[in-house]
Amino acid sequence: MTVPRPMPSLDKPREAPPTLRAEDLGKTYGPITVLSGVTLDIRAGEVHAIIGENGAGKSTLMKLLSGHVRPSAGRLVMDGQPVAFEDAVAAETAGIALVHQEILLAADLTVAENLFLGREITRGLTVDDRAMNRRAAEVLASIGAAARPGDLVRDLPLAQRQLVQIARALLDPRKLVILDEPTAVLANAEVEALMDIVRRLREAGVAVLYISHRLEEVEALADRITVLRDGQMIGTYPAASLTQRAMAELMVGRELAMLYPPKRPAPTGAPLLEVTGLSVGHGAQAGSFEVRPGEVLGIGGMIGSGRTELFEGLMGLRPARADRVVLNGRPIGRRSVAAWRDAGLVYLTEDRKGRGLLLEQRLAPNLTLLALDQVHRSFVLDRSGEAAALDVAVRDYDIRVRTVHLDAGQLSGGNQQKLLLAKVMMSYPSVVIIDEPTRGIDIGNKSQIYDFIDRLVRAGKACIVISSELPELVGLSDRVLVMRGGRLVAEFTGEEITDANVVYAAAGGRNDT
Amino acid sequence: MSITSAQVAARDRSWPIRWSDAGPFIALAVILVLGALVNPSFLSETNVLNVVTRSAFVAIIAIGATFVISSGGLDLSVGSMMAFVTGIMIMIMNALAPSLGSGAILVGGAAALVVGALCGAANGLIVTVGRIEPFIVTLGTMGIFRALITFMTDGGSLPIDRGLRDAYRPVYFGSVLGVPIPILISLVVILLGAFLLYRTKYGRRCAAVGANPEVARFSGVPVARVQTLAYVIQGLCVAVAAICYVPRLGAATPTTGQLWELQVITAVVIGGTALRGGKGRIWGTVAGALILEAIANLMVLSDLVSEYLVAAVQGVIIIVAMLVHRFTK
Repeated sequence: MTVPRPMPSLDKPREAPPTLRAEDLGKTYGPITVLSGVTLDIRAGEVHAIIGENGAGKSTLMKLLSGHVRPSAGRLVMDGQPVAFEDAVAAETAGIALVHQEILLAADLTVAENLFLGREITRGLTVDDRAMNRRAAEVLASIGAAARPGDLVRDLPLAQRQLVQIARALLDPRKLVILDEPTAVLANAEVEALMDIVRRLREAGVAVLYISHRLEEVEALADRITVLRDGQMIGTYPAASLTQRAMAELMVGRELAMLYPPKRPAPTGAPLLEVTGLSVGHGAQAGSFEVRPGEVLGIGGMIGSGRTELFEGLMGLRPARADRVVLNGRPIGRRSVAAWRDAGLVYLTEDRKGRGLLLEQRLAPNLTLLALDQVHRSFVLDRSGEAAALDVAVRDYDIRVRTVHLDAGQLSGGNQQKLLLAKVMMSYPSVVIIDEPTRGIDIGNKSQIYDFIDRLVRAGKACIVISSELPELVGLSDRVLVMRGGRLVAEFTGEEITDANVVYAAAGGRNDT
Repeated sequence: MSITSAQVAARDRSWPIRWSDAGPFIALAVILVLGALVNPSFLSETNVLNVVTRSAFVAIIAIGATFVISSGGLDLSVGSMMAFVTGIMIMIMNALAPSLGSGAILVGGAAALVVGALCGAANGLIVTVGRIEPFIVTLGTMGIFRALITFMTDGGSLPIDRGLRDAYRPVYFGSVLGVPIPILISLVVILLGAFLLYRTKYGRRCAAVGANPEVARFSGVPVARVQTLAYVIQGLCVAVAAICYVPRLGAATPTTGQLWELQVITAVVIGGTALRGGKGRIWGTVAGALILEAIANLMVLSDLVSEYLVAAVQGVIIIVAMLVHRFTK
């Protein structure tokens, strides 16, 4: 079956039909309905946001609209003509591009080679590198990407890779661009740049479908907002009519308690963790800090400012030096994940899928990998004890699963994050370092993780939170340290913790206290 | 909404078996039925014991390979290593035979275990400390071990001392309560392997390292140590196989253990262990070793295909097994 190409109409109709219209669209897998009754239209020159919790059906809707999956009910109408896409290539040919949430690029190829992968410009039998580089440079420039066509993708920071992905989608003229969580891996400055790109697309008359967990972005960008919940369409609203809180409440279907727990009284005890003169290769220099019981210490800064490097260095996960490290009053000699675990400190990585969980293994081995000794008796794994530990973790951390006999990769992002939390808590740490605690997870899970952090520190533990999300950093922390260029450059406590102060310090302003 | 542990437990029981895990056992059953149809003597007690005994060597070595492969490694050197260990063991036993008599067999066996462990450690350390692809490292040591055995036998045969033969014979030809000793030894190795992989901290870490070494590192697992130990286990298994093998032919030759790496890796892979690591299946490996030997035996019994083509058939099996794996996912 071929895709009917829309006929170019010679006389402009008074009101152009929407670029893409979904009518009563639905998808079932066997007896399970994952999406039903979605009717919405996306018009040329508008940014249409789709919001919903994880599992609400956003990804499924994206896949239906971009031809990756074929609908089981309803139909698509493009420019007034019914269409049925055989596959993603057919949808692309018709002018629909999907920018995936995950970075899907070949790391060892150049930017230009990635852009043209599978659709190389050829001259006779050979590929025309010069033409491809020229075209790549144009597209990259048009979205303000710093990457050059000849750069290896491997050498690019995450944010630039994301822009390369967007450039790939925009290589051919598009009618509809679908952006799935495009800012999940970006820091604030980069998010701004990306939002500019979206606005430029809108001005060029492209229809943009924008999926994001970050409600502030949706509020800033969207013309209209469609809310999904539990595979059902809740409605489409003009963006101007919804506040962020209203959006969140439509998503979860109930009134939200305060997203961030109330701040705690100033900590008084002796520091749980004291670090003096920590330097990590070229990534971070001479960091000194401490954290007290009952305290959430926030670490702010741009992506690339050395935050993750500093703490991976502290953990012994990358080469680092330190003058003095003391935990619970005891100096720590050799730093390794295992030694820290035994001493009472754990680090929860920002890279959930690559470094946090064994995606192809069951939940139980994932839960106990860090603290195997907890389920270990005289050389033998206590598997019933392990199963019991998993039941407790599922209940305590509210990991929502139909069965525990799943691979970790089958969980939603939010549930994966909760499993990871349960995993590091298996060793009863007194200090927990969490790198990007809520990256890419929905608002319901977010508030649960914030509550968890609050309960943790109220129980006399300490928590260090590294976050690129300003509201989170500001809403959660009792004290904030800001990193820039590998150094700790500013410290804020109490009322000083504001978006403006943190951004100013992170970007190089001089308001050191 | 939260899920109670009672609900979870109730769901445990209704969870179906995974067909992909049952695959090798179903395949083995099918081959047994087909074999019985082709030649009724295929399932006779003598023939079954013969097939199982012959498969013992590959099974024992393949248990070690299950550890190496599930930890994300690969060992191509097992066949040559087997020959090398056999050679060293015979030389030591022959040298000690005049002074120790049949006690030389015990010393030779112990020496075989030490040499096997050292060979495995060498493979493992070059892979982990040298950070070189296991494929390349063990391709190199495969050549080295093979050349060493050829050198040690001077291109011919290195036979075991006549005085030791009778005392050593039962290790391959003897039986306890009707069960041949190689089968008993392989059973012990299999049970130890299953215990180590499924019931101990080491086994859990082995699979974690194979599934994703970064996750393992971030979880405090000593990745290099776990990987090196897998090669040492492989070396020990090779040594045990060598100990069983010597009395069968009574000599080491430059062709001892040739192409065994093909059989061993085939047995592991058709047994359901993931070649990219992370998932080890001890009992699947055993089924894989039995499948290979049963097919070779059927080829001999049936005259349908020349027995010279056994290795070709095994090559086809590993490729077909991988294709089935690919297209049933």
